[in-house]
Amino acid sequence: MNITITLNGEQVTHDVEPRRLLVHYIREDAGLTGTHWGCDTSNCGACVVLMDGQPVKSCTVLAAMAEGHEIRTVESLEQDGRLDPVQEGFYEKHALQCGFCTPGMLMTARGLLDENPNPTEHEIRTAISGGICRCTGYKNIVAAIRWAAEQQETAHGHR
Amino acid sequence: MQTPAPFDYERATSVEGAIEALERLGAEARIIAGGHSLLPMMKLRLASPEHLIDINDLAELSYIREEEGMIKVGALTRHVDLLKSDLLARHFPLFRDAEEVIADPVVRNRGTIGGSLCQADAAEDLSAVCSAAKAFVVIRGRDGERVVSMEDFHVGPYTTAVGAGELLTEVRLPLFPGAGSAHEKVERRAGDWAIAAASAAVWLESGTISQVGIALSAVGLTTIHLTRAEELLRGKPPSEELFAQAREIAAEDCAPMADGRGPVDYKRHLAGVLTQRALRRATERALS
Repeated sequence: MNITITLNGEQVTHDVEPRRLLVHYIREDAGLTGTHWGCDTSNCGACVVLMDGQPVKSCTVLAAMAEGHEIRTVESLEQDGRLDPVQEGFYEKHALQCGFCTPGMLMTARGLLDENPNPTEHEIRTAISGGICRCTGYKNIVAAIRWAAEQQETAHGHR
Repeated sequence: MQTPAPFDYERATSVEGAIEALERLGAEARIIAGGHSLLPMMKLRLASPEHLIDINDLAELSYIREEEGMIKVGALTRHVDLLKSDLLARHFPLFRDAEEVIADPVVRNRGTIGGSLCQADAAEDLSAVCSAAKAFVVIRGRDGERVVSMEDFHVGPYTTAVGAGELLTEVRLPLFPGAGSAHEKVERRAGDWAIAAASAAVWLESGTISQVGIALSAVGLTTIHLTRAEELLRGKPPSEELFAQAREIAAEDCAPMADGRGPVDYKRHLAGVLTQRALRRATERALS
């Protein structure tokens, strides 16, 4: 079946099987391998993308279900050579080691800050509770998201 | 890689259209809403429907409103909206208790109340919540609607009263004065299924319990309706002694199985303790 999705701001059309999962569509049909395919069971959160602005686990959404919707992946964060505050925060606070969970964490963080620009530590921890970091770097991930929130506030008007 | 078996996919544009599609496509068709129960089962080939009817476009099934002396919740209402609803939290705080610990926020952005109830997984929280709250569900078919109590809705493990060519469209929570409710859950880690969970709702009238609902998750093949404890409490003034008796009944009347989440005696103990806590907190809320 033909599906048209607004992927990172661009309308794209692909012929996919109805059973195609969104994560595989993004990685293989659209060729955007920034989104990671992790546990396959909606537990790990490595595959989180934004669907109409809300974080969703793309291993548990059919590509067909995204037809007509807006999908944002980690590739959309950097714009014109400028990193998104959450990306900068992960760099500044050393919030990744192996990096496997990072795309999901970044998109979850982006979704959180879009909805709640000034989250408490507890709110950040709750928001990322659907993501698993096996390097156990949660402390720095939380610090990075807090850093991004503060950065956005001072750079009022950015994004 | 886990991939579902092949199927045909179509989107419903109206409730009538979804029901028509269910009739046209027959027994091998399934409704998909949030997909967070059905797709994992399809990936494991525990379910292999030949047709999926996607109802995510049916915005008319997504609402929480007070009407005709009840709270009406559309079947497509997502967990995140149940969690955020102040209307629901004001009248039935057990929903917010449960939603804070159902899966994780990303999953809650997709999963729906209708999907959770129709999945009828004994470990799922909302089935116990709706049972305790004495909810009714509206099931629509070609020839109209029927309204079914939670006791009649739960037919068996993963089995509900929703028949061929039918769609669950609404959950109804009747409002009565003096209400208080709570949901208590113990899980191994954030976002996991319950080891055990207890939902309780009480309605107080001049110092006595006029109505009460108690249900348990994850300690049997189906959601456990604690009718024996409800009968004990009904018509009596709430007290710690009474809640301790309900605790004993809960531990006796559940039917847990030993698994990675714990042995049988521990789960029975937990079911009892959580029942007592839920009753205590529900009563406190009813009095406040």
